[in-house]
Amino acid sequence: MNFKNMETTIKKTVGETRLKLTKISGSEAVVKCLLAEGVDLAYGYPGGAIMPIYDELYKYQDKLHHVLTRHEQGATHAAQGFARVTGKTGIVFATSGPGATNLVTGIADAQIDSTPLVCITGQVSSHLLGSDAFQETDIIGISTPVTKWNYQITKASEIPEIMAKAFYIAKSGRPGPVLIDITKDAQFGEVDFKYKKCEKIRSYRAIPKLDIEKVKAAAELINSAKKPFIVFGQGIIIGQAEAEFKAFIEKTNIPSASTALGLSALATKHPLNVGMVGMHGNYAPNVLTNQCDLLIAIGMRFDDRVTGNLETYAKQAKVIHFEIDPAEIDKNVKTDVAVLGNVKESLTEIMPFVNKMQHAAWLQEFTKLYQKECEVVINDQLNPTKEGLTMGEVINKINQETNGEAVIVSDVGQHQMFACRYANFIKTRSSITSGGLGTMGFALPAAIGAKMGAPEREVVAIIGDGGYQMTIQELGTILQTEVPVKIVVLNNSFLGMVRQWQELFFDRRYASTVMKNPDFVKIAEGYGIKANRVSKRENLANAVKTMVASKEAYFLEVVIEKEDNIFPMIPTGESVSDIRLS
Amino acid sequence: MEEKQNFTVSVYTENNVGILNRLSAIFLKRHINIESMTVSKSEIDHVHRFTFVVIVSETSIKKVVGQLEKQIEVIKAFYHKDDEVIYQETAMFKISTKFMYDEHIQNKFKFRRAHIVTITERYFVIEASGLKEDIDRMYDKLKPYGLLQFVRSGRIAITRPKMAISELLQENI
Repeated sequence: MNFKNMETTIKKTVGETRLKLTKISGSEAVVKCLLAEGVDLAYGYPGGAIMPIYDELYKYQDKLHHVLTRHEQGATHAAQGFARVTGKTGIVFATSGPGATNLVTGIADAQIDSTPLVCITGQVSSHLLGSDAFQETDIIGISTPVTKWNYQITKASEIPEIMAKAFYIAKSGRPGPVLIDITKDAQFGEVDFKYKKCEKIRSYRAIPKLDIEKVKAAAELINSAKKPFIVFGQGIIIGQAEAEFKAFIEKTNIPSASTALGLSALATKHPLNVGMVGMHGNYAPNVLTNQCDLLIAIGMRFDDRVTGNLETYAKQAKVIHFEIDPAEIDKNVKTDVAVLGNVKESLTEIMPFVNKMQHAAWLQEFTKLYQKECEVVINDQLNPTKEGLTMGEVINKINQETNGEAVIVSDVGQHQMFACRYANFIKTRSSITSGGLGTMGFALPAAIGAKMGAPEREVVAIIGDGGYQMTIQELGTILQTEVPVKIVVLNNSFLGMVRQWQELFFDRRYASTVMKNPDFVKIAEGYGIKANRVSKRENLANAVKTMVASKEAYFLEVVIEKEDNIFPMIPTGESVSDIRLS
Repeated sequence: MEEKQNFTVSVYTENNVGILNRLSAIFLKRHINIESMTVSKSEIDHVHRFTFVVIVSETSIKKVVGQLEKQIEVIKAFYHKDDEVIYQETAMFKISTKFMYDEHIQNKFKFRRAHIVTITERYFVIEASGLKEDIDRMYDKLKPYGLLQFVRSGRIAITRPKMAISELLQENI
């Protein structure tokens, strides 16, 4: 061998070694992609088709902590709770077939409530696709209508680019869930790993370009309005525009009401916060929606639970809609000026164009109607004279014990509306609830995720006795992780919201809403969680105090007046201004 | 109640697996029946074009197009009324050869944009293109001869207004 040849051989060997060093398995590439995106926490449940990835999660456990939930649905809700409290993307792993289909409810919930998730499912090997193999299911087909984007990876080489796209799509613009289905052979396959974050996709515009003319047109309407009214949604929180929003309303002095998902974007006790709109929202903002001359919708989507009958919704008012998603403009309510773009930027841009206003008389109208609501509804909830405990007074006690600093995670039903109405929020990202989809069973796993996302904050789950039993197995996750989450079950031995409707609209025919419940305290104790039950008013304050003081997870069952109703209420199909106080 | 009418929906997309599913799901969600659909490549390399025909109100189609366009792999979606597009459908009729020399049958398609594409001992095939109504009329006339097979394509359409896809792609890159 001459020298020249030897040099070539050396170069070749070194080159090959280097090549070998960068070649890793598809499953390791998945984990490396997550690490490159800054992920250090994931939720999931292993199974056959995702075992190679779990093997890598085992190897990387010091960098990426995986939480084993007790059901895949619990993993999605935990990831949602984590995402909602942190603003980061929640990560979920599940196997093929039933593992994947069990994710669907959580994914649908994340889609309608704009929560960023990246869900990674295992899939049978690509040569088996379509053959009805063991635990094969078409999760791409099934999840298409409920994902922002989904993709099936069949080759290891696709992993870095697709994972980068998944993270970009989930988090950017109006966030949402992304599902990546990875065949087992792609997990086993080799990839020359190079990771580059995705910053652009040619067919996707995450944030529409702000049109300054629209901003000026909106400002003109705002400046000339006599009775302007703001309804703000989760867009403020997602867009991290809380400070800009506060500055905007404080300059213009416009009364502002929150949607259920917008709660905590503005402190509950802020003088311009006039409460919550919608079916069980506050009296004043609902009634005055139909008296304002300008309705300013910010980062919300005019859900039917907010608007009631669209034919009679704010017909007298001009409408401005600040929104990031062009498909929401004119979807439910016709807009006069649509300000498309990132709300943080839009609210910053509009500031110099809006005048300082007072609107004292108009604000007074809200106060007057609030007093009426207090007389008929609120006083009786917070300081009840009846024997049975009310949901409102429980929430109020929690407010007092946590000083409004807690993250309140509510489930779905009467207790949820009580939590939304009566919780006192000081900080943003303090209210986590299943709004759009109304998923019973959301709160327990979501609270676990929220506590892990914000360990420094008190996290209190408020759940009904119905919803609690839909994901009660997640007590096992608390047992294993020792996450110090506080659980309050408001037990009226009914599926309360449905029962209320049966009482009001179905002549008290309580079809399948009566619940014979187990001993919840024993169940919690069986999972090693400290537990207490309270049914008398004189014990409530102490019980809540003990729960809040606990350094560990704590379960508190509060036995509630059985047939209590949530009011005010806008019956389905009726106008917001026909809201009933009793 | 706003009147329903024909709309031609043109959707420019990336050429990936599963997009049809995603688009059709949006029609399904609103309980809209798809009257016809064609998929082909477009004037731009690597960009596919879906052409749907649906019968809905204009208010409804606006919202549908918004939701189609929102899909990650959709570059742009447009809707047009019938008078804003030049459109065609193609159909093929397979008929028994015994009717081949029937004077009447020859008259049936003499004045149409129709011609015979194949003749065998047992059957012959007529291809015709035109508006849906033209094809429907021809179908009614040829039906009595006992159609051995009939097939019609979805609508293909060129719009009178400009659809600025190339510029849009340039802007987004």
